Amino acid sequence: MKLRALIAGLSAVALAFTATACGGDDGDNTKDVEVFTWWADGSEKAGLDALVAEFKKQHPDLNFVNGAVAGGAGSNAKNVLASRLQQQDPPSTFQAHAGAELLDYIEANQLQDVSQLYKENGWDEVFPEDLIELLTVDGKIYSVPSNVHRANVVWANPEVLKKAGLDDKPAKDIDGFIQQLDKLKKAGVDTPLSIATDWTQVHLLETVLIADLGPEKYIGLWDGSTKWDSPEVSKAIDHYAKLLSYTNTDRQNLDWPDATKMVIDGKAGFNIMGDWAEAAFQEADKEWGKDYITYPVPGTDGIFDFLADSFTLPVGAKNEEGTKAWLQTVGSAEGQKAFNIKKGSIPARTDADPKDYGDYQKTALESYKNDTIVPSLAHGAAASVKWSTAITEAVSSFSANKDIEKLKSALVKAAEDNQKKQ
Amino acid sequence: MFTRIRSWGPPVLLIAPTLILLGIFVYGLIGAGVWTSLTDNVRGQTTGTVGLQNYENLFNDDTFVYSLRNVGMYTLAFVAGTLFFGFLWAWMLERGARGEGIFRTVYLFPMAVSFVASGVVWRWLLNSNTGESASGLNRLLDMVGLGFLQGQWWTHEGWGILAIAMPAIWQLSGYVMALFLAGFRGIPEELREAARVDGATEWQMYRHVIFPQLSPVALSAVIIIGHMSLKVFDLIMAVAGQTNHTTQVPGTQMWLKYTSGEWAEAAAIGTVLLLVVAVLIVPYLISTYRAERRR
Repeated sequence: MKLRALIAGLSAVALAFTATACGGDDGDNTKDVEVFTWWADGSEKAGLDALVAEFKKQHPDLNFVNGAVAGGAGSNAKNVLASRLQQQDPPSTFQAHAGAELLDYIEANQLQDVSQLYKENGWDEVFPEDLIELLTVDGKIYSVPSNVHRANVVWANPEVLKKAGLDDKPAKDIDGFIQQLDKLKKAGVDTPLSIATDWTQVHLLETVLIADLGPEKYIGLWDGSTKWDSPEVSKAIDHYAKLLSYTNTDRQNLDWPDATKMVIDGKAGFNIMGDWAEAAFQEADKEWGKDYITYPVPGTDGIFDFLADSFTLPVGAKNEEGTKAWLQTVGSAEGQKAFNIKKGSIPARTDADPKDYGDYQKTALESYKNDTIVPSLAHGAAASVKWSTAITEAVSSFSANKDIEKLKSALVKAAEDNQKKQ
Repeated sequence: MFTRIRSWGPPVLLIAPTLILLGIFVYGLIGAGVWTSLTDNVRGQTTGTVGLQNYENLFNDDTFVYSLRNVGMYTLAFVAGTLFFGFLWAWMLERGARGEGIFRTVYLFPMAVSFVASGVVWRWLLNSNTGESASGLNRLLDMVGLGFLQGQWWTHEGWGILAIAMPAIWQLSGYVMALFLAGFRGIPEELREAARVDGATEWQMYRHVIFPQLSPVALSAVIIIGHMSLKVFDLIMAVAGQTNHTTQVPGTQMWLKYTSGEWAEAAAIGTVLLLVVAVLIVPYLISTYRAERRR
């Protein structure tokens, strides 16, 4: 008798367990705004905190819920997000790189058009025209950019350059840059150009493509009007291979801060990295213009290779009004200022006051206002995740086997596989 | 009728919870995975089945074939390495080395560290710089005058994956040692005495008495290490990162495909992995099943 009661009890527990595993949704609190990001530490976390403080000031009746997922430079967060969207359980808003990376979500009908917000808040006027054009898909805009980074920046150590008799002037084009690197090598600098793991190599490749092709043909790479097997692209890839031969051999072992640190420590002459590297120089107490110098990658003067984080309005967001309030804060002058001063990037708005920002950022603000804006490949603005992953794999393979023909054909194939969709 | 239910009812009720949970969360999900691999699922959007198209794409993809080759080499090295060191250590301890307790703990200890944690350290140890700017193992080799042994480690396209096997062997050898030690202890002393009385040399005794008794242990070790090795993912993510070409294995390829939204192809890789592991495990299960029936 006792045994049977025990069995009945056990099976009841098991059944209850299976039942709860499938169901259960907490009641929706319409005051909550869940913001999904991968900003979990460092300057990114500081920026987010500042933005949240501004949000609370502007919308005291709403409740910010932090949905940050740490790790993997956002790839962990993106995979968590993908399964949440699949289960129709989207956060109120999520972070995504502005530009082509959003296409995946747009094609899956997971995002709502927010161009109405652009009209209501007059953002059409304050965001640069080039940027709005890059964000627009079939006449609709699906995200609000919170900050802008510049990718085509050379960071150089003037002390090291002096050893090879080089001055602080940038080379005119990539050929000139290669000559400079050659001089450094001959002067006994082991690593004329420092670089790190796969994506930083893609980063270098993209700046070479911009330099050799110019903005229009570079943008054409992504819409199909520039052919990947054309002689110009081929020449750019040759340039890239040549540049890679002046880099450190342990590149696959390093991440970008290690490569930037080689310039800070005087072990390398140049590093090509996005302007988040500025924070590394600041941390090391280096003075801009004296301890380190910056300029656009040779051949890309007057071009601003941009990447931006942006926020979205997912289909089926639980608190749509709350999401719109968050987007409104993200796009506002105060919100952008609070966030970007902490994060070390620049606002996507052109009406920022340069006085609020550091020396390097002032130059970035100036170029952002006047230069031609092109989208970054390594950071999700130019190509879909699938395409940029394929390019990263090809570049990583080249780093190991130095087979330039294989790299070229892999890049052509990546374009063929993905271009139809864009 | 009632008596029948009475006899088989309670056992069925008892195992029902496990059956239901296993059915849903293991076999149900395997089924869902295989099904997904037959569709054109991209980020959850699908228009229907495409047959074996995804598998065809995979086996025409140089990178995936390369990743299979890598995982094969890795498994061979990992299994051979752990068996060799595990047996050697167990044999030495079994011969009555002094301080056995301490050595047992020392050898077993690496297993307590997660692959991710040790991977971060090995990433630095296996730095591929040579000469002046070398660090990690290359530096050590340079310092002890073995500079010619310096290598590219896991950045070498042909043999790089074997460098990843080093930390794995280091971590799991102690575990195999523990298995063998248990095996040695399970062999009654009388058997050895009998062999000696019959005039067997030390080698003959090992060859004909000890090894046959240890073979089930060795088989278990091969199965356990082998299936761990085929599924390798965390160690490579920690040492080399997700997109590094020279260390691609099916596990990392699946992650990359999933991240790029190719859910169907990711599921196909998962299915291929399952089949490969099954090839290893199913014969083992059948043989143990037969052995138990014979008893």
